[in-house]
Amino acid sequence: MKNSCQHSSLHLPQEHFLHRLHALQQEFLHISPQAMQQVATEFNLPLSQVAAVVAFYSFFSTQPCGRFHILFSNCTSCGYLSDEQNLMQLLSQQLHATPGQTRADGLVSIDETSCIGLCNQGASLLVNGIPLTHLSPDKIAQIAQRITAHIPTAEWPVEWFEINDTIYQRNLLLTAPLVPYDALQKAIIHGAAETLAIIQQSGLNGRGGAGFNTGQKWQLCREAPGDTHYVVCNADEGEPGTFKDRVLLRDHAEALFEGMSVCAFVIGAKKGFVYLRAEYRYLQSHLQAVLARRRTQGLLGRHILNHLDFHFDIDIVVGAGAYICGEESALIESLEGKPGIPRIRPPFPVTHGYLGQPTVVNNVETLIAAAHIVEHGSGWFNSVGTEKSKGTKILSVSGDCQLPGIYEYPFGVRIQRILDDCGAQNVQAVQIGGPAGKLINVTEFDRTISFEDISTGGSFLVFGQPRDLLTIHRNFAHFFAHESCGFCAPCRVGTQLLKNNLDKIAEGRGTTYDIEELKQLSSLIQHHSHCGLGHTAANHVMDSLQHFPQAFTAHLKQHFTAQFDLDQALKNARQITHRDDAAAHLD
Amino acid sequence: MMSVIENTLRIDGQEIPFTPGQTIMDAALAAKLYIPHLCHYPGLSPSGNCRLCIVEIGNRSVAACITPAAASQEIHSNTPELNQARKALTQMLFVEGDHICPSCEKTGNCKLQAMAYYLGLLDDHFPPFYQRREIDASHPDILLDRRRCILCDLCVRASSEVDGKNVFAIAGRGTQAHLIVNSPSGKLVDSPIAKTDLAATICPVGAILIKEQGYQIPIGQRIYDQQTIRETGLQENITKQHDEK
Repeated sequence: MKNSCQHSSLHLPQEHFLHRLHALQQEFLHISPQAMQQVATEFNLPLSQVAAVVAFYSFFSTQPCGRFHILFSNCTSCGYLSDEQNLMQLLSQQLHATPGQTRADGLVSIDETSCIGLCNQGASLLVNGIPLTHLSPDKIAQIAQRITAHIPTAEWPVEWFEINDTIYQRNLLLTAPLVPYDALQKAIIHGAAETLAIIQQSGLNGRGGAGFNTGQKWQLCREAPGDTHYVVCNADEGEPGTFKDRVLLRDHAEALFEGMSVCAFVIGAKKGFVYLRAEYRYLQSHLQAVLARRRTQGLLGRHILNHLDFHFDIDIVVGAGAYICGEESALIESLEGKPGIPRIRPPFPVTHGYLGQPTVVNNVETLIAAAHIVEHGSGWFNSVGTEKSKGTKILSVSGDCQLPGIYEYPFGVRIQRILDDCGAQNVQAVQIGGPAGKLINVTEFDRTISFEDISTGGSFLVFGQPRDLLTIHRNFAHFFAHESCGFCAPCRVGTQLLKNNLDKIAEGRGTTYDIEELKQLSSLIQHHSHCGLGHTAANHVMDSLQHFPQAFTAHLKQHFTAQFDLDQALKNARQITHRDDAAAHLD
Repeated sequence: MMSVIENTLRIDGQEIPFTPGQTIMDAALAAKLYIPHLCHYPGLSPSGNCRLCIVEIGNRSVAACITPAAASQEIHSNTPELNQARKALTQMLFVEGDHICPSCEKTGNCKLQAMAYYLGLLDDHFPPFYQRREIDASHPDILLDRRRCILCDLCVRASSEVDGKNVFAIAGRGTQAHLIVNSPSGKLVDSPIAKTDLAATICPVGAILIKEQGYQIPIGQRIYDQQTIRETGLQENITKQHDEK
């Protein structure tokens, strides 16, 4: 591979486009049309691209947010519905605020957001981007007091912001030591071809869920012609119920950067990016500190470990709130400062990725595993696991269990074993791989976590018997309708229809007809959508129709029911005519 | 010459030739074989957003307009299952916006309506969304009614690829997705669009309308009163149109 030796940050302005927008959002609490115009000029972009980006990402707004901007997670594990209490409603009442709106005096805005990856920390929220965990009605009252008294978050009790993760099961990756530079030193001694061979021999598959062979990906990228090559770490851990990358980024950043550097050495990249989800922005300073340390140690920059031709550095790009950016081509679009709309594939990122150049996109856990494999050998790695799933998988376990947290198991571990370990009793169902994954019932607890059986990016949600599954399904359906990028018709409209249909059943307006509708709609979304989001968005409904039909049928009406509330439909007419007398109502 | 013989694929049993670099849609249209589509227009880069051109290769479902043609592909397109799915997708586009055919001046010239005829659509099936979307009547010659937009992206591509003006973009996620105008005010009047631009005339539905000519051609004598969308779909090509000009 012949790459020019110059540093390749030429393509980028001083500051990343998304970071510039974030800075404006921070300063002015929204991004005004004037600000968009200004940024368009600064970055020499069409105004419409700036507007499209601002509209696409959840964490940008065109209307001012409050000085205290509060986002409750709406995940089934770290969400605001805890023990029948609606904590978001509680805080809104106490602060006389309406969710989704900024209070008239501009002091506070309260809204909900997709899972913030704090599923083992109880109900959680982000206040001005900082996570606050273990919410309770009592704590909500204290938060309300402090906001009312205009006390800045820096003066709130420090323990409110503490995040303690327990690692209940350790295996290869979470026990083996990794001394910074050891893996990289070995890679350089082996040479790029031999290092690639080690990764290939290890049988490592991508840990994000899709499970593409890592060695093959690196090889395809290495062989792809291009002016330059890139390595991108996908740290956009957005699947509800997943938080293992948050823990890895905090406690194993050194191994991650080592893995990225090894990858760069193999594929001939000079530049790497960590695409960090906006919900984890608070990890950025820690990551920057580790990067800075590695630069001073000669592990990043020019002539790494005194190697003549090895120059590589890493930037951190923070997203702005969009689940779809976990899809690798959407992530690259986002890196390029565009809305995260998945690309047409082929061509794939390995040949046409960031700025059209060959790019490896790997999950955090994959890159850490790669570093360990180079350090400890492929045999160390592939002696564990199953025939088609080598090594271990790190799971984020949460939901109805006594010990939510991080669990690392060899591939092939039985579901029942995990349930026993995490103290889950009286289990009704397990959602493996998040809302996009697979919902299983008791008869399947003998199945295993592996690419040949049940694959997961890391999310493992336990639902006990008392849970109403329809509530879970509605939560998932709302999630997908909210996160659909809107590009293709079946996903854009279909996820919305699926959501409406489940809401209708929950409101007691469903009939047997709706079960058939759910089936048709789910199949259409699955088969006709453009990308993985659509392909998987209806999985949970299809699984439940098979294993838990009563989750839907229990709510159905036996006789004809109107699709909508006729009286409610007259609300606008009543408002317009200023009437609220009995004759203006239907019931 | 061997390679020429090898470059064939089969759609619904019919063997058709293709040249490397063509998509399945390109090859099909060249062979006068119709695959239903709304967001595709030969001469513009493909997008793949309407998903009507989904075909099956083995157990894979792919959009014909963005999938490269490959030797020996065995493709199924005109099947009852796929046509049923196309019908449902068309119904989805109908309920997402406000498509009031009898009072829309695009009636008879509208591709969404023509597609509905072609697929035998008799009702909307799904409950309508009744979304509030902005109308932009600022331009003296062109009306933009977002309620009738199906987000096919044709005007976006036509403006950037043919007109060279980059007047349109799509912004927002999910059902919030909407057409925006690339001008400081966000209004069409402040954009460089002209009524002769391809972007002003390519709209398959009644979202972008040229003012003051809505009823020049009486209902009954309009495009899809004379032809099906299959017939027009096999004739369309932007480069041809521009050559004719």
